[in-house]
Amino acid sequence: MPVVCSSCEKKNAVLKRPKTGFSLCKDCFFWAFEEEVHQTISSARLFTAGETVGIGASGGKDSTVLAHVMKVLNERYGYGLDLMLLSVDEGITGYRDDSLETVKRNQQQYDLPLKIVSYQELYGWTMDAIVKQVGLKNNCTFCGVFRRQALDRAAMMLKVDKICTGHNADDVAETVLMNFLRGDIARLRRCTAITTGSEGAIPRCKPLKYAYEKEIVLYAYFKKLDYFSTECVYSPNAYRGHARAFLKDLESIRPSSIVDIIHSGENLSVKEDVKMPVQGICLRCGYISSQKLCKACVLLEGLNRGLPKLGIGKHHKLHHKLLAQEPLTEKEEKKLKAVDF
Amino acid sequence: MCQVDEDYIDAQLETKAGLRDCFKEYFVHKFRAMLGKNRLIFPGEKVLLSVSGGPASSALLSQVQEGLSPETPKKLRFVPGIIYVDEGAACGQSLEERGEIKSQLETIFRASGFPFYVVHLEAVFSLPSSVLQCASSASDRRNESYKEAVDGFIQSACSETQRETGQGSNSYTEVQTLLSELSTQEWSGEVGIVTNKSQPFTPEQTEAVRTLLASVKTLTAREELLKTLRQHLILHTARVRGYSKVMMGDSCSRLAVKLLTNISLGRGAFLAMDTGFSDPRYGDIAIVRPMREYSSKEIAFYNRMFKVPSVFTSALDTKAPEKASIHRLTESFISKLQADFPSTVSTIYRTSEKLNTACPRPIADGELTEKCLLCLCALDTGAGERHHSSHS
Repeated sequence: MPVVCSSCEKKNAVLKRPKTGFSLCKDCFFWAFEEEVHQTISSARLFTAGETVGIGASGGKDSTVLAHVMKVLNERYGYGLDLMLLSVDEGITGYRDDSLETVKRNQQQYDLPLKIVSYQELYGWTMDAIVKQVGLKNNCTFCGVFRRQALDRAAMMLKVDKICTGHNADDVAETVLMNFLRGDIARLRRCTAITTGSEGAIPRCKPLKYAYEKEIVLYAYFKKLDYFSTECVYSPNAYRGHARAFLKDLESIRPSSIVDIIHSGENLSVKEDVKMPVQGICLRCGYISSQKLCKACVLLEGLNRGLPKLGIGKHHKLHHKLLAQEPLTEKEEKKLKAVDF
Repeated sequence: MCQVDEDYIDAQLETKAGLRDCFKEYFVHKFRAMLGKNRLIFPGEKVLLSVSGGPASSALLSQVQEGLSPETPKKLRFVPGIIYVDEGAACGQSLEERGEIKSQLETIFRASGFPFYVVHLEAVFSLPSSVLQCASSASDRRNESYKEAVDGFIQSACSETQRETGQGSNSYTEVQTLLSELSTQEWSGEVGIVTNKSQPFTPEQTEAVRTLLASVKTLTAREELLKTLRQHLILHTARVRGYSKVMMGDSCSRLAVKLLTNISLGRGAFLAMDTGFSDPRYGDIAIVRPMREYSSKEIAFYNRMFKVPSVFTSALDTKAPEKASIHRLTESFISKLQADFPSTVSTIYRTSEKLNTACPRPIADGELTEKCLLCLCALDTGAGERHHSSHS
């Protein structure tokens, strides 16, 4: 006996919503999904009319769905935004070059301007070359730090007012868990904010913050959206994998745990006397940083000097030396060179 | 979660006698430092030790016993009592099993010489509604120095004798007596020393407890319910018997699991209260966790080396599969992570120390913020607008 959609009660249900367990027909599901994103955007007042918004597009399911939904909502509710696609080429063969083709197709499908920046042109290093030097364990740090800067630089080139990324509820929950397990109090406070960024930097927001990853997949599937669906080849050894496996198990026990974790993260209160990093600027490139040198500069320096562990772990004391371009002592060099594969 | 390795212990015990003494000193010092640093236990205060029979609470009992023995230099100066909550009805144990465990524990309790109370889960049906209220007499003492607090405590203890003549109002004990008298039925907790031959609970009550717990659909929710009921039983016993502090035997590893479980359940706002050293939410009674810096491995070593007696009691999730409840899943996740990254538990512990334990401040018009009925924490259900702003 076919189940009837619990919302319109007319058509047959085609899926069960992961978030709520309700059985819905296709159109009611689309409507529910889009409406929830609209609620997130309007209650957080993410955008104002007339702004130029850059959508971080990687060709994957999250950013494709984001681009699609933003376009739909922009027209339906008249946000009055100028949308464009920003893409970053990390230089991972077999992964990124294929997904970039998808982004180029997206550009034509949604008729939005597109800008692609690559690690090669910005930093002189591709991820493949970085992994050869660093190994398989800490490379996600490099990729993440470089990508954040790359996105900002692309946004500055296109003169956008805001960037929005396709981070979904699962991503935010994983980040909360990971920061808790790693003891990163400073990030714990910031990671659940829907808009991040401060004076001088282009604000970044996450309109899909409360959308479950499973629902994004279902939406993309039923809408027959064109996206690229392979995992990054370097990701299985990342620490985040542990948090992700845990989250998936939690979801199978209790589906609401994902938003429960986000709720916990939002309500964490930190003692006032805990030392927090103060924001300043990098003395070499002028990007925002809480140390003398921003992370990207430190990582690049390490790569260029053949000391891949510079930047992984605590090396604040060496920042002076790096700035003054003094050579490091032999003992320090030895520590920084050791790489485990 | 105890990862005791038999070979390691035997070799160590036999060959290195010095190790034992150093370890014991370290263990005892940690306990004393924990109590001394936080300065919440006043001399002469009545403290209730909640003992489940497991390794951590048995170690707690043993530490308190040693700390109070006449030979110890700088004796601990509080008056302990013991409470054991018999949860056999929830776990489906037969009456014989429960009696067996009870008598084993009673032997241990009697050996300590402290008064002990055995409370059965069936007694939840006769709890008064005062367990859902917070006595606010303690909140005024927040800004006092330790010395003033001790003086205040001694004064209120003296004024207990003047209660009949109407003097010494607003004392701890007066509030407690009033709250405990709100029950409509006889409080049926057993007291040690007096042998009570008849069963303090009826089979109908046992059945009622089973039905109550069976009506909860998921194991996660059942565990949470049991936790709340246990907490209320302990709280009420403490109020009835005049105890102003309760010591729980939560170890570091147990607390790390509890932290992560609470985050997964959405209790992020109250992490500090649920897992911090002191839990002030009940007002007149403070819950204290002096064992929170010991890992379960250390406790296991100590119990083994110094032959601390403990009794294994099965819980709701004993022998349950890994994905049966959030608590079980978190426990196995952390154990696995700890094997690869040995600093996991201590990092989680350090993170929890940085979280706030402050009581909710009253809002502008002088009224206190609303509290949850069951756990007495401030409501965190306000609409999420304030979390949308960017943090710098």
